Parts: sequence; structure tokens; C-alpha cells
Amino acid sequence: MDIIRTNNLTKNFVGLTAVDNISFSVKKGEIFGFLGPNGAGKTTTIKMLITLLHPTKGSAEIAGFDIIGARDKVRQNIGVVFQEPALDIELTGGENLEYHARMYGLSRDKRKTRIDDVLNLVDLEDKKNVLVKNYSGGMKRRLEIARGLMHYPTVLFLDEPTLGLDAQTRRAIWNYIGKMNKEEGTTIFLTTHYMDEADFLCDRIGIIDHGSILVIDSVTNLKNSVGNDVITLSCSDMVKLVKRLGEESWISNVEQHDSFVTLGVEKGEEKIPVIIEIAQSLNIRIKSISVRKPTLDDVFLHFTGRTMRDQEAANTTRSVPPRFHGRMR
Amino acid sequence: MKSVEFQAIYIMWLRQMKRFVRSKSRLVSSIVQPLFFLFILGSGFRVATFVGVDDYLSFLAPGIIAMAILFSSMFTGISVLWDKQFGFLQEVLVAPVSRFSIIIGRTLGGATVALIQGFIILLISLGLGVKISGVFGLLLTFVFMILIAFTAVGFGLVLASKMEDFQGFQLIMNLLIMPLLFLSSAFFPVTSNPTMKIISSFNPLFYMVDGLRGSLVTGAATVNPPMLDLLVVLVVCIIMMGLGSYFFSKSEV
Repeated sequence: MDIIRTNNLTKNFVGLTAVDNISFSVKKGEIFGFLGPNGAGKTTTIKMLITLLHPTKGSAEIAGFDIIGARDKVRQNIGVVFQEPALDIELTGGENLEYHARMYGLSRDKRKTRIDDVLNLVDLEDKKNVLVKNYSGGMKRRLEIARGLMHYPTVLFLDEPTLGLDAQTRRAIWNYIGKMNKEEGTTIFLTTHYMDEADFLCDRIGIIDHGSILVIDSVTNLKNSVGNDVITLSCSDMVKLVKRLGEESWISNVEQHDSFVTLGVEKGEEKIPVIIEIAQSLNIRIKSISVRKPTLDDVFLHFTGRTMRDQEAANTTRSVPPRFHGRMR
Repeated sequence: MKSVEFQAIYIMWLRQMKRFVRSKSRLVSSIVQPLFFLFILGSGFRVATFVGVDDYLSFLAPGIIAMAILFSSMFTGISVLWDKQFGFLQEVLVAPVSRFSIIIGRTLGGATVALIQGFIILLISLGLGVKISGVFGLLLTFVFMILIAFTAVGFGLVLASKMEDFQGFQLIMNLLIMPLLFLSSAFFPVTSNPTMKIISSFNPLFYMVDGLRGSLVTGAATVNPPMLDLLVVLVVCIIMMGLGSYFFSKSEV
């Protein structure tokens, strides 16, 4: 059963198409990730799905309810963890949850038990009566995740859940997200521009850039599309070497980039000597060579021809983030 | 209306009460500032004679009460801007609660805070010997206080929906609210100057102060009968609340 289904969803801001004809679906119980550089249209997509932005064109359904026609039904079925913290820092953690519970109409008994349940899930039960302004960044995030779960949402939206957190805290957050997906059976839709995050958490990933989805597949399939192992090398005459290697049937794909070449192969360790031999026979000097398991960075490179970092630099000079666009009146 | 909506309104109200009680600086400054006005202006102008004013303190007190409620309520409306900047507004807007209930919750919370402040000033004024006109007058005073609070919250909501930062708020306070307040006869009677009197008849704050004065103080030198003031203030209140709700529900995060 599809929990989220979108059909040619589009959002235009003045002079900018933030989301361009996006169609995808998310199955019940899975963790689905939108992966893309900053400014790719991830947050805009989420804001449309959670009924905070009106789509310019197209439609979407969440748990069978239309995001335009049945807003209240949609709102009841979703939990949201926003990119920027959305807590009242003058209230305690417990009070923030109490606020949320009442806004969602939970009964008195349910409120009490549920607040303790979700605080337990994110290990914040001893911080219940501490003002949120005294929380650390990681604790605030955990509280927000707990809050998103309070009202038993069908689907939980997480917009860049670990943005700006240190490595250890990120690990912990990942564990909490995985845990609630398993224990509560919550479907999760998350956006991220961290490859490792999508890799660790997601069952399926959509790669998004310039407002369009380039590809949707499972993490394993996406990785397989670039080969079991990835060999990266730089050498003196790349064009010549790429041409020669293209003739070898054991290389699944050869791609030449600005200053390096990537090869998708099986059993990469055994192929390094073979490649060096070939290079030497052509009188090409290899400067460096390495083998590793493919990351989603390689996947992104494969589908866009650019690394995420290049893309982000281009996006930040190209566009004003939609958030600020909406504010210019 | 469903009980969910009432719960939402209640918790929004409760949140503002908690924030108000916890913010000691706001509590102190919002009460001390009007008291400064009351004491300093009160003792400074006591010796001056205005036409038709016997007891300056009795004249001034309703003006200061109106001012305190006005400032506090406007602040509440404008504090939506804080929620916007801190991201909390998104959490409110994504909840399955109607926009109407969100506005009601915000307004009731703000009005309650403002009325608490207004009542403190009122009590102090009574302690200073302001002569009140009786039970009915006092009840009518409460009605005026409530209407002033709602009007100002509505106005604050309009500003918060249309503005992006607090600089604009300062501008509105200095260039619009302060002149209107000075022309409202809160501090001195405007009737002695014909030009001012004409301008005042277009000033909603004038009717608020005049009505409050007429209902609270015995033998006050008012321009209009309190019931006429009440009618004008009621209409202004409905318009402001309507505008506030309209602009707030239109604003996107």
C-alpha cells in the first residue's frame, strides 16, 4: 500500500521552478529518502506534502487523503520534524510535548502515558522538566523526533534530521530513527544531503536535483549500477587509457571526470595489477589508484556527472532558497 | 466546534500564560512603565490647569490603563513574528487545528495578559484616590478594557503577518501609535484645540480613552457619552479582529 503518492507535483516561485513535475510513491513501513544537494527542492517538496505550501500544479495523496482537498485529514496523519528547530524554548521538554498532544486532541490518559513513552524512546525522560533553552542541539533534535511521534502518525517527515550535529549525535539520531521505524512501524520520509545518512537509513532513495527526480531505487541497486567496487585512478593520459579500458568486458562502466577516472568492477583488489599492466603497455604513468566500496557519492556522480559538492556550489549561487523567496513581499 | 478545537485553544492560551509568568523582565517593565507615566506625569501636571479637568490624576489614570493594555496586546500580536523566526509557528500551522482556533487561542492569551496588566494599573490608581463612578461604571470599564485588548491584538496580528522583522514594528510604534496616543486625550484634553479636536474624531484611540474615562471616573470631562464611544470601539474591534484573522490566515511560513 502506498502511503505517499505524488503526481506531477510542481512548485514555482517568482523566476524559479523549485520542484518540477515530481511523481513518486512511498510504501507503507519503509524509510524513503530524498537525496540531493542544498537548493535541489527537497524542503519545498516536504512543505507541499505537509500542507504548508500550495502546489502550483499537480497533486499528492498522503494515506489516501488529498493534500489540497483534505488538509485536516492529512495533518492528522503526519508528524513533522522541521529543518530548523520548531520548539518553544521558554517551555520545558514535557510542556512542549503536552502542547503538541493537546493540539492533536489526545485524551488525558493517553497524553500522560504517551509523553513518557516517546521520551523514553529518545532517552530524554530525565530531562522532561528542564527548559528547552538549556537543551543541547542534539537533545532538541531528539525532543522534536519524539514530538513528531506523539500522535501515532502514519508517516513521519524528517527534513535534514542531523543537519549541524556532531558525528556521535548523528549516529544516535540514526539509531532512534531506525528504532521508531521498527518499533512503531512508522513510515518515514526524510531528506538529506549526507550520503552516509541515506546509505545507513533508507530502504529506497530518490536522487533529486534542480527540482527533478533523476532516479528512484533501493540503495543496493543504486550502488550496483556503478559496480560492486569502484576503482579511482589518475594518470598522465586519461583519454587514451579510458579508450583502452572501454574495450575490457570486465569493467561495467568507465567514467572520466575532470582529474580522475572511475571504473566499476568486480573484486577490485585483483583488478588493480591488471590495470597497471595495461597502462604500462600504453606508456601511461599512473599517479594514484585506489579501490573502495561504492558510496552514494559515486551514485550521484554517475547520474549527474558531477559530485555533490560541485552541485551545491552551483545551486547556492544560482538560486535564493525558497524560504526567503516567500518572504519578499 | 469540536472539543479538539477547544483543547487547542486552551493549550495555546496556557502557553502564553506560562511564558508571561516566566518572563520576569516583561512582567516588571510592562507594569513599571505605565506607573512611571502615572506618577511622573501625574505629579508634574497636577499644578497645571486644563479646561474642565478638576483632578488631573483621575483624568490621567484611564489614559494610562488604556496605554498599558494597548502596548501589551500589540506586543502579543507582534510576538507571532517571534514564533515565525523561531520556527515554532510551523509546528502550530501543521497541526490539525483550524486557523480560526489558532487566532482565537492567540488572541485570548494576549488579551488575558494585557487585562492582568490593566487591572494592576487600575488597582494602583484606585489606591491613589481616583474616584470611581460605581458598579455599573466599573463593569463598563471592564468591557472597554476587553475591547481595547482585542482590537490591539488584531492590529498586532495584521502587523506580524505583513512584516518581516522588528524594525518595522519600531517604526509603526514611533510614527503611528505614539502620535495617535498623544492625540487621544490620554494625557491632556484635546478639546481645547479645534484642529486637534477634528483629528481626534478620526482617532480610534480617542474613543477608547474617552469611553474608559467616562465609564470609570465620576464627573469626568468626556467628549462623547460612554455608549457612543462603546459603539465606535466595538466596530473598530470587529474590523481589526477581522483584518487580523484574514491576514494571518493568508500568510505563509
